[in-house]
Amino acid sequence: MSEPAKEKEAVPAATPANVVPAGAAAAPAAAAGTVAPKPAPKAAAKPLPTPVFNERHGKLILNSRYWPTELWKSPWSLPSYRKGALVLFGLIAGILLTGAAVGELSRWADKLYALIAAFVAARHWPAVTTDAVWDLIKILIVLHVVLINGLWAIWWERKISAHIQSRVGPTYAGGWHGWAQTLLDGVKLLLKEDITPTAADKWVHALAPAIVVAPVIIAFAPVTFGKQLAAANLDMGVLYIFAFAGISVIGVIMAGWASGNKYSLLGGLRASAQLVSYELPRGFSIVPVLMFAGSLNLSTIADAQAGYWHGLPRWFIFYPVIGPLAFVIFLIASVAETNRTPFDIPEAESELVSGFHTEYSGMKWSIFFLAEYGYVLLASFLLATFFLGGGASPFAFDHVIPSWIWMLGKAMLMMFTFLWIRWTFPRLRADQLMDFNWKFLLPWSFANIAFAGLFLLFR
Amino acid sequence: MNKGAMAPDQEQDTPLKSDSMFINLGPQHPSTHGVLRVGLTIDGEMITKAVPDVGYLHRGTSKLAEVRGYHHCVVLTDRWDYVSAMPNNLVFCLAAERLMGLNVPPRGDVLRVLMCELNRIASHLLFFGTYGIDIGAFTPFLYAFREREMILDLFEMVSGARLTYNYIRLGGVMVDVTDEWVAKCREFIEYFKPRLDEYDTLLTYNPIFMARTEKVGLIPPQTAVNWGLSGPNLRGSGVNYDVRKADPYCGYEQYDFEIPLGKTGSCWDRYFCRVSEMRQSVRIVLQALDKLAPGPVMAPGVAKVPKPQPGEAYAHVEGARGDLGIFLVSDGQASPYRMHVKAPSFMNLAILQELLVGNKVSDVIAILGSTDIVLGEVDR
Repeated sequence: MSEPAKEKEAVPAATPANVVPAGAAAAPAAAAGTVAPKPAPKAAAKPLPTPVFNERHGKLILNSRYWPTELWKSPWSLPSYRKGALVLFGLIAGILLTGAAVGELSRWADKLYALIAAFVAARHWPAVTTDAVWDLIKILIVLHVVLINGLWAIWWERKISAHIQSRVGPTYAGGWHGWAQTLLDGVKLLLKEDITPTAADKWVHALAPAIVVAPVIIAFAPVTFGKQLAAANLDMGVLYIFAFAGISVIGVIMAGWASGNKYSLLGGLRASAQLVSYELPRGFSIVPVLMFAGSLNLSTIADAQAGYWHGLPRWFIFYPVIGPLAFVIFLIASVAETNRTPFDIPEAESELVSGFHTEYSGMKWSIFFLAEYGYVLLASFLLATFFLGGGASPFAFDHVIPSWIWMLGKAMLMMFTFLWIRWTFPRLRADQLMDFNWKFLLPWSFANIAFAGLFLLFR
Repeated sequence: MNKGAMAPDQEQDTPLKSDSMFINLGPQHPSTHGVLRVGLTIDGEMITKAVPDVGYLHRGTSKLAEVRGYHHCVVLTDRWDYVSAMPNNLVFCLAAERLMGLNVPPRGDVLRVLMCELNRIASHLLFFGTYGIDIGAFTPFLYAFREREMILDLFEMVSGARLTYNYIRLGGVMVDVTDEWVAKCREFIEYFKPRLDEYDTLLTYNPIFMARTEKVGLIPPQTAVNWGLSGPNLRGSGVNYDVRKADPYCGYEQYDFEIPLGKTGSCWDRYFCRVSEMRQSVRIVLQALDKLAPGPVMAPGVAKVPKPQPGEAYAHVEGARGDLGIFLVSDGQASPYRMHVKAPSFMNLAILQELLVGNKVSDVIAILGSTDIVLGEVDR
C-alpha cells in the first residue's frame, strides 16, 4: 500500500474525472491510468491529477492478493512447502523410531503390573488390591482414548477438510498449525451457557447426551490396540462391541424427541430408522471374518491374519472377492452408523438445521461430537482388526516396528478414509438410504457369507 | 410434555395416530438462500402443502427511484440481485438510454457484455457452490468461491467494489479497463476452463448427486411457460427462450454462443443448464476480449441531471436468473415517474407452491436450491 497521504489526495480527485468524463477524448486518458505526476508545490492553480483509481487497485490485486494461478505455479519452489514436507517426513520417522525404541507395549504393561503387585505385597495389602488398581488404570486409559481422540480427531478433521477444500484450516491457536484449536474450543464450550428450551422435556433432554456417549466408552473395552493389548480380553468381544454401540441410538431418539423442536423430531425419527437398519449389514458383513477366524475374540481374529503369502500379508481384505466385499460393506455401514456425510440425514445441516442436536449448546452439544468421533475411532480400530491384520506388519522383513504402531497407523488410515468420504460426497435422501441398505448392502452381505462358506468348504 | 413438537391427536378413529405437522422453513434457515419463509405442512416426511411467504427483504426500491435522479437510480439497482449486479445496472441504463436517446459507443457495449458475462459466471458459481451444500456436499462450495473470488477481484480492479459495482452507467460504463486488467482476465479464463471439467467430475455426474436431483422437481415445458419462468429454470424444461438470442441488446447478435437446454425439467437439468451456461459465458468473454478496440467507453454529452422527454420505455436483459425487465415512465422531471421491475426470481419463486407438494423434506431443499432465487430481487 502507498502512504496514506498520497491516497488521501488521489482518491477524491480521481472521482469526478472518472464518473462523468466530459467528452470522448477524456475516457482513454482516464483509462491509461498513468501514475499521477506530483503537482509542483508552488503552482497557484492546482492541476487536476491523472486518475489513479484503476492503477491503485491494480497494484493492490497484483502485489498483495495471490490468485491460485500464482500459488500453484510450482509449490515445490516455495521454501515453506519444502519445509512442511520435511517436517511431515520427520514426524513419521520420529514416530517409527520411538516405536522401535519403546518396543511392544504389552511388555511394559506386564512390568507395571509386576511393580504394582510387588508394591501391594510389600505393604501386606490384600492381593485383590493389585487387580483393583490395575483395572482402574485400564478404565482410565480407555476413557482417555475416547476423550483425547475427540481433541485429535476434530483438529485433524478440520485440517483435512481445509486442505481438501483448498483452505488451510486453523493456524493460529497454539502456534504450530493451530494444534490447540480443539482444546480452546473445548474451553469455550465449557464456558458457554447451557440452554434448555422451554418446550423441551428437561430430564430427557439432559440425559440424552450421556446415553449417547457412555456406550462408546464402554464399547472400547475389548478393542485391541496391539499385540495382547486390550483392556478386557473378552471371548465374545465382537458381540459385546456391537451390543453396546447399538445403545447410542436410544440417546439420539431421546435427544430428538425431548428437544421440543420439529426439526429435531424429524432428525430423531430419521436417526432411529437409519441406525437400526444399518446395524444389520454391519453385523452380517463381518460374519465371513468370524468364519475364517473361528472366534469372536478380537485378539484371536487379529492373530489369525498373521503370516504372508509370498510377501503379501494374509489379511482378510486380501482374500479374493470375499475380503474386499466385506470390507466395503462394513466401511459403508460404519459411516452410516456414525451419521457422517453420505448418510448424515439425521443431522442434515441444510435440511434439518443439525437435526437432533439443534437445541443443544455448550458441553451437551460437544458430547454428541465426542461420541461421534469415538465411534469413528471404534470403527477405525475394528476395520484395522478385522480386515487389515490388526498389529501385523505389512512387510515380511520388518521385525522392529512394534504392533501398536502398526495398529495405530492402520486405524488412522481408516480414520482418514472416514474424513475423506465425508468431505467428498453429497448426502443421500432418507428413502434412497433405506433402499441402498435393504436392497444392496444386506443382500450382498448375505451372499458374502455364502461365498465364505463355499470358500471354506473347498479350501 | 413436548408441547411444541406435535399437536395432540384429535381423531381417534384409526389405531395408529397420524397427524400432519406444520413447519416453518425459514426465514432463518440455512437453505432458503436469504430470508424466504416457506410454510410447509408435512405428513411424516411428505409435503402436503407449501406456501412461500416473501417480503422480509423489501426495501422499496421502486418507490425510492421516484425521488432520485437517474444517475442515482443505478445505485439502487445494485441492491436487487446482489449476486449479479451488473445486469441490473445494465437493464436500468438500457431503459433510461431509450428514454434519453443516448447511443453507447462500441467499446462501451463490449465492456457491458464482458462484465455481464463475467458476472453470470460469478452468479452461477455461487449457485453451483450453494446447491452442493443443499445436497450435502460442502467441498464444491469452496472450490466455486475460489474462482468467484477471482472474478470479484477483476470487478474490484475495474470498479472498486466487489458486490455492488455501479459500473454500468447511463451512456456507457464508468471507466475503461486497463491492459493489465485484460491480461488478468485472460489469465482467469485460462485458469477457469479446466476447473469446469473438474466440477463435472466432482458434482455433476456424481451418482449420489444425480440420484438426488435427476427425477425430482419436474417442470413440464407448458407448466414452466404458464408460471412465467425464465432463465435457466425455463430452459431446463427445454423451452428455448433467451433474451440474448430472442431480443439481442448490446450487440449480442455478433457473438457466437449456444443456449444450453434441458430435457425433462428436473433439478439436475436446471443445474446442468447453469453449468453449461458458464462454458458459453467463457466463450463470450473470450470473444468480447478480442473485440475490445480502442475508443471511448462513454457516450458524449450525458447530462449530470438528465431530464428525459415525457414517455415510457421498457428494456429487458438476460440476467443470471432470467428475463430481467424494467419499465420506466418519465414525466420530464429529474427523477422517473414510475419504475417497475419485472424480477425473474419472483416469478421463479411462485411455482414452488405447486412444485413442492408431494415431495419429501429433503427434496424441498433440492428444488428450492435448483430455482436459484435471490431474495433481494424477489422483494426488492
